[in-house]
Amino acid sequence: MTTAATATGFQAVIGLEVHVELATRTKMFCGCRTDFGGDPNVRTCPVCLGQPGSLPVVNRGAVESAIRLGLALGGEVAPSSQFHRKNYFYPDMPKNYQISQYDVPICSGGVLEVTTSHGTTLVGITRVHMEEDTGKSLHAGTSGRIQGAEYSLVDYNRAGIPLLEVVSEPDIRSAEEAQAYLTELRAIVLALGISDAKLEEGSMRCDANVSVHRPGEPFGARAEVKNMNSVRSLGRAIAYEVDRQVALVQAGGTVVLQTRHWDEDRGATSTLRVKETLEDYRYFPDPDLVAVEPEPAWIEELRAGLPELPAAIRRRLVDAHRLSAEQVATLAGAGLIPVFEEAVAAGSPPVDAVNLLTNDVIALASERGFDPADLALTGAQLAELTGLVTDGTLSTKLAREVLGDVLAGRGTPREVVAERGLEQISDTSELAAICDEVIAAQADAAQKVRDGNRKAVGALVGAVMRATQGRANPRVVNQLLMERLDRC
Amino acid sequence: MSLSSEDVRHVARLARLDLSDEEVEALRPQLSDILAYAEQVGEVATADVPPTAHPYGLRNVYREDVPVDPLPHEEAMSTAPAAEDGRFRVPRIVGPDVTGEDG
Amino acid sequence: MADELTTRSALQLRDLVAHGEVSAEEVARAHLERVAATDDQLKAFVTVTDDAALAHARDIDRRRAAEEPVGALAGVPLALKDVLCTKGVRTTCGSRILQTYRPPYDAGVVERLRDADVVVLGKANCDEFAMGSSCENSAFFPTRNPWDLDRVPGGSSGGSVAAVAGFQAPLGVGTDTGGSIRQPAALCGLVGVKPTYGAVSRYGLIAFASSLDQAGPIARSVTDAAHLLAAIAGPDPRDSTSIPKPLPDVLAGLDDGVSGLRIGVVAEFMAEGMSDGVRAMVEASVERLAGLGAEIVEVSLPHAGYGLAAYYLIAPSEASSNLSRYDGVRYGLRVDGATTEAMMAATREAGFGSEVKRRIMIGTYALSAGYYDAYYAQAQRVRTLIARDFAAAFETCDVLVGPTSPTVAFPLGELTADPLAMYANDVYAVPASLAGLPAMSLPVGLGEAGMPVGFQIMAPLLRDDLMLRAARALEAEVGFDAMPRGPNALAGAAI
Ligand SMILES: [Mg+2]
Ligand SMILES: [Zn+2]
Repeated sequence: MTTAATATGFQAVIGLEVHVELATRTKMFCGCRTDFGGDPNVRTCPVCLGQPGSLPVVNRGAVESAIRLGLALGGEVAPSSQFHRKNYFYPDMPKNYQISQYDVPICSGGVLEVTTSHGTTLVGITRVHMEEDTGKSLHAGTSGRIQGAEYSLVDYNRAGIPLLEVVSEPDIRSAEEAQAYLTELRAIVLALGISDAKLEEGSMRCDANVSVHRPGEPFGARAEVKNMNSVRSLGRAIAYEVDRQVALVQAGGTVVLQTRHWDEDRGATSTLRVKETLEDYRYFPDPDLVAVEPEPAWIEELRAGLPELPAAIRRRLVDAHRLSAEQVATLAGAGLIPVFEEAVAAGSPPVDAVNLLTNDVIALASERGFDPADLALTGAQLAELTGLVTDGTLSTKLAREVLGDVLAGRGTPREVVAERGLEQISDTSELAAICDEVIAAQADAAQKVRDGNRKAVGALVGAVMRATQGRANPRVVNQLLMERLDRC
Repeated sequence: MSLSSEDVRHVARLARLDLSDEEVEALRPQLSDILAYAEQVGEVATADVPPTAHPYGLRNVYREDVPVDPLPHEEAMSTAPAAEDGRFRVPRIVGPDVTGEDG
Repeated sequence: MADELTTRSALQLRDLVAHGEVSAEEVARAHLERVAATDDQLKAFVTVTDDAALAHARDIDRRRAAEEPVGALAGVPLALKDVLCTKGVRTTCGSRILQTYRPPYDAGVVERLRDADVVVLGKANCDEFAMGSSCENSAFFPTRNPWDLDRVPGGSSGGSVAAVAGFQAPLGVGTDTGGSIRQPAALCGLVGVKPTYGAVSRYGLIAFASSLDQAGPIARSVTDAAHLLAAIAGPDPRDSTSIPKPLPDVLAGLDDGVSGLRIGVVAEFMAEGMSDGVRAMVEASVERLAGLGAEIVEVSLPHAGYGLAAYYLIAPSEASSNLSRYDGVRYGLRVDGATTEAMMAATREAGFGSEVKRRIMIGTYALSAGYYDAYYAQAQRVRTLIARDFAAAFETCDVLVGPTSPTVAFPLGELTADPLAMYANDVYAVPASLAGLPAMSLPVGLGEAGMPVGFQIMAPLLRDDLMLRAARALEAEVGFDAMPRGPNALAGAAI
C-alpha cells in the first residue's frame, strides 16, 4: 500500500494500543461472570457497581493470562508490579477511577514479527498491563451517537471485565503494517486462548497513535484515532489520517495533539477533543490492593505451557511443506492453518490443500460474507476433496463447486460428486467423439492450430469443456485435439 | 504554598465540585495553610527510602477465577437515583471527556 | 431491672442471657428505652433499628430455648458506626450524599457481629465520611459528650462512643483512620481499640482512607473490648489487605499483668502540646505501670513529628479518589443538571459538607500531576521511616505508651473555624495509624473541667494481645468509673 506519505517524502509513525478483553470466567476484581449479551445490569455486584465499602480482589486467572501474553510476545515479567488508580469522572466507570497499571506494568518489552507484501519487520512491544473495562452507555434520542443524545442509559455488565492493554512502540510505518500487527497480535491471543478477540464485538479494540514527519526531522504531533472495529477499518483509518496530516503540513498547517474518531460510513476521522494539556489522571497506587509478585516457578510453568505460536507455526509450514511465505501469510490471515494442517495430516498433498484454501475457500467465504475460519470445513473433508482431484475423479475446476455443496451441508465431497454426477470424463472414446464434433463446428480455429498456432487450441478445449459441463479432463481433451490436428 | 483562586477552581473542576465563589475564597487560605503545614514532609531526607502503603507487606492476594452469584437485578438497581429499561439513567454526556477512555 | 441492665458490662449481659436470668429481648428493650430517653440530648444515633434489634433478640431467645447454637456474645447490644454497610438498612456516613442510601449488602464486620449474635441497636452518628475529630461534621447533627453536653465527644466515631459512654449500649464499633476510635474514647472516658491494620475486614467499611481505615471495638472495659475484638477480627478473602491468618488470642493472657514487660514512653509525645491535666494523668499512669512491675524506658520515634503532616497528605489523597464514586449515577443523592458533568458537580457540591470538600480538594491537589512526588509519594516515604522508628523501638520494648489526645473534650464550636487546630487533636494518634500498628486508648482519670483523660498504648503488628494485656493491668490499677458525672453530664444510667 502506498500512501501519500511515501509519495511526498513524508513518513508515517504509528503506534498501536490494543485492549484485549480476557476470556476469564469472572471479572478482574469480583466474581461476576464475563458473559456477553443478555439483559442489562444482571452481571453486577457491589464491587463492579462501585457500591460504597466494596473492595477489589485480583482474579488469578487474569494475572495468568497477562503473564502468558507477555511471555508469548517475548517480554519480561516484572518481579513486582502494582495496580494504580486512574482518576477521571465518567458515568460508565462505577468508581470514577479505573484500576489499571501505571509505572510498572506486569510485563514489558518484547517484539512482534510482522509480515506484509514488503517483507518482514519487527515491532517493539512497550508493555502489557492489566486493567478493568468500563460499562456501556446507550445514548437515547438519537441513532445511538453520543452527540445530540437527550440522555444516556448505563449498563455495568461489562464494567470490571479484565482487559490487557498491549502498547506497541511507534515502530509501525504504514497502514498495511498496522493491519499486519493487529492480525498477528490477534493470532497470538487466539493461540493462547485468552480471549475470543473479536474486533467487531469489541472484545479486542485498537486505538492508533498516528503522526507524520520527514525522515531525519523530529516526530510530528500525534493524533490518537479511535473507533476502528475491524482490521480493514484500522487500515482505512490510518491511511486517511496519514493523508490528512500530510496534506495539512504541506498546506502550511500544524498537526495538534488530539483524539480523533474514525467514522466508518464517511470513511474519515474527525476531532473528538483537542488535548491542550495532558489529562491529569492523578495516578496513585491503589491502596485497596497489594503488589503482584509472581513466583519465578509459576512464570516458568506458564512459559513451558505456551502453545506453538503463529510465527513458529508459519516457519514450520514453510520448512515442512514448501509453502511460500505469502501462502502461509494468507492461510494465517484467514485463520486456515489448523484446517490446512489437518488436511495434510489426513493425506492431502500440501500444494493442493493450500491452493484450494487460498483460492477457493477464501473466495467462497467472501461471497457468503463469512470469516473463512468460521466456514464449517474440516481437514478431513478437504483431504477427501484433494484426493478426488489427485486420482482424476474430479476436475480442479469442479472442485470449487463441490466445496460449495460440502459447506452447504449437502454431503461429503465423494457424496456430492456422486450425487451430481460430476466425475471427470477421462474416457478417451467418449471424449474423442465430442472432439470431432467441435473440430467440425469450429473449422477456423482448427485450421489455425493446423497452421502452427498452438495457442488457438484453447478455444477448442473450452468448447469441449462447455459441452461436458466442465467434467472433461482438460489434459486428455488437449491431447485428443492435438492428435486430431496432427500437431503431436 | 499559596494557592490562587484560579488554582482552587481548577482543582474543584478536577474533583467535580461546583464550588460557590464564597467557598473558593474561604478554601483558598485554608488549603494554602494546610498544604504549607503538610509540606513539612519535604524536610525529611528520603533518598533511599521506599514508600510504604501497607506496613504488614502482604503480596500476591488473589481470588480464584470462580463465579459467584451476582446481585439480583432489582437489588442492583434498587439504589438508582434514576433508571430506565433496567439501566441507570444520566443526563446528556458532554464535555471534554466525551468518550470513556476504553469505551 | 431495666435501668440496672444498662449499667452492666457486655460480659455480664452475655452471662445473664446465657444463664437465662434475663432474655435477650429484655436486654435489648432496656437499652432501646435508654436510647429513647436520652438520645434527644445525646444525639448518638442517626438511625435506631428497634424492630430489627428486637427481632434478633427474640431469635436468640428462641434458639436458646430450643437449645440451638447462639454466638459468643449473644444478646449483647451494640452501637454501630454509620460507615459500616448494613443490607437494606440506611447507611449514611453522616453525609447528605448518602442520606437515604440502603446498601445491597452487609459489611464483613456486620456479618461477624451477627455470627456472635451481638444485637445491633442502630447506626451511630459520626463526622461525615469519618473526617473529623469532634463529630460536629455530621450532616445531620452534632453528637454530645455525655460527661458535658456542651462539649464534643470527639470523632469521628463520636456517636458510637457517646452511646457507650452514655450507657445506651455496652459496646460500640467505630472506625479509626487517624485516631477516630481512640480520640473520642479518650474524650468520653472509654476503652477504644484500633486493631492491627488488616486484622478486621474492611469489606463494607465505607472508605475514607483505604490504607489507614480500620474498624475496632469501643467499650467501658478492656475485657469487654477484647471480647468484641475477638468476635470481629479475622481474615476476609473479600478484602485484599486482610491479614490471612488469625490474630494471636487476645483473651488467653488478658489478665497476665505487666510484670516484666518493658514499656517505652515515647519521648516525642511527652515533649509539649499536652494540657497540664492530660500530662498529669499520663505521667501518673506511667508511674502506676512501673508500680505494677513493668520496666519503664524512654524511647524515641524521631520521625513521629512528621506523622501529622504525612497523614494530611495521605488520607485526603486516598479520600479524594475514594469519594469520587458519589456522583449521583448509581446511588445516593442526585441534584439534577443539564449534562452529566453538571449533574455530578451539583450533586457533589450539595451532598458533601465543608470538611469533606476541604479534604477532597487537598487530596486532588496533592495527587495532581507535578505534585504527586513531593506530596503523596514523599508522605509514603516518611511513613516508611515512621514504621522503621516503631520497629526499632519494639526491639527494646514490648509496648509503647503516651497520651491519646493533647487535651480533654473541648466545647462544641470551639475548633470548627480552625481546621489545623482541629487536626492537631490526632497528633499522637496518627503515627501508629501510619505504621499499621495496634493502638488503643483507655481512661486513666479526669483532667481539666473534670473531663476524662485517655492513655494510649501501642504494640507491634499483630500484638493486639500484648497491648490489651497491658491495658487490662493498668485499668485494674486505675479503677476508673465510667459513669459520666459533673454539672452538665447526661443523667445517669439509673434514670
Ligand atoms: Mg487502557
Ligand atoms: Zn461484580
